[in-house]
Amino acid sequence: MSIQLDEAYYSLLHELQAIDFVLVELQLYLDTHPNDAAALQQFNQFVELRKRVVHHYETTYEPLLQFGRSNMPVSSWQWIEAPWPWQV
Amino acid sequence: MSDQVRYFEVFAGPFDPCPPIGYKSFQVPPNHFITFQPPNLPQFQPYEALKLGTLWQPLYSPYGSQ
Amino acid sequence: MWIYEKKLQYPVRVSKCDPMMAKLLMEQYGGADGELAAALRYLNQRYTIPDKVIGLLTDIGTEEFAHLEMIATMIYKLTKDATPDQLKAAGLGPHFAAHDSALFYTNANGVPWTASYIQAKGDPIADLYEDIAAEEKARATYQWLIDLTDDVDLQDSLKFLREREVVHSLRFREAVEILKEKQSEKRFY
Repeated sequence: MSIQLDEAYYSLLHELQAIDFVLVELQLYLDTHPNDAAALQQFNQFVELRKRVVHHYETTYEPLLQFGRSNMPVSSWQWIEAPWPWQV
Repeated sequence: MSDQVRYFEVFAGPFDPCPPIGYKSFQVPPNHFITFQPPNLPQFQPYEALKLGTLWQPLYSPYGSQ
Repeated sequence: MWIYEKKLQYPVRVSKCDPMMAKLLMEQYGGADGELAAALRYLNQRYTIPDKVIGLLTDIGTEEFAHLEMIATMIYKLTKDATPDQLKAAGLGPHFAAHDSALFYTNANGVPWTASYIQAKGDPIADLYEDIAAEEKARATYQWLIDLTDDVDLQDSLKFLREREVVHSLRFREAVEILKEKQSEKRFY
């Protein structure tokens, strides 16, 4: 199954990129502010939010992670079927 | 004009072949005024944070045409 | 170990075929202050830095690989359908002679990446100041690259990368503050 590179695909990818970016920023902040409880709480919130969006992305399109790290069973080897990040 | 820009006068000699530019500018981004980020800084919403490259409003440094 | 995530950190769009800009962007691919140098510098320093800042070096080093992939994407898109004549006109003739349109770790002048671009002194303060300087130099390089293109889509991705240097620079300065602090003293803001 190949991916339909339509508006829905780019919009979901964008949502994932936005959530992941908040997590990157909080991760770096927490590396130097490990005792900031509010930042920790926000980090956990976004981890939960991310799970839902990742599930939607992976079940609609393809696994995001290699080596069995994606939390979904595979019926075909989609990893190599869908285009790569620099191609889309 | 952004308050993150500084200017300095460029010396013009009488025999300079190119037309003198007068002033040159350089950037002083906000990280240079923060030693250690205080807690609870105002944040951008996720989509805007991604677009601007930072979650933290006081760390945003515009450059070029925005 | 590292796990690859099959997506870019930030969307990369380019609006025109511009192999000349691809050549200039190589400065951030295989140049002295580029993303490869950044990733390898931080990830290598982390083995001998105090435990309190290993996490930061690991995470920023990892993010730099995401930035390397963004730069690669820009170069790839800007050159993928260019003809040898177009590449030659853009100053990429020598690159084409050796690599076709393959990417390679060189700077904008075609000089191959070398480990002497980066340092590891083993002195935590010296190493962190090297990292702060690297972020500021990369920020400046992104400014000149933004000045060198009128492609607003490309500028958009380059502005994202420039801002990341600002944030990383602050985090490294915070790491210096953490190491300066005596164990019993409390940091004040």
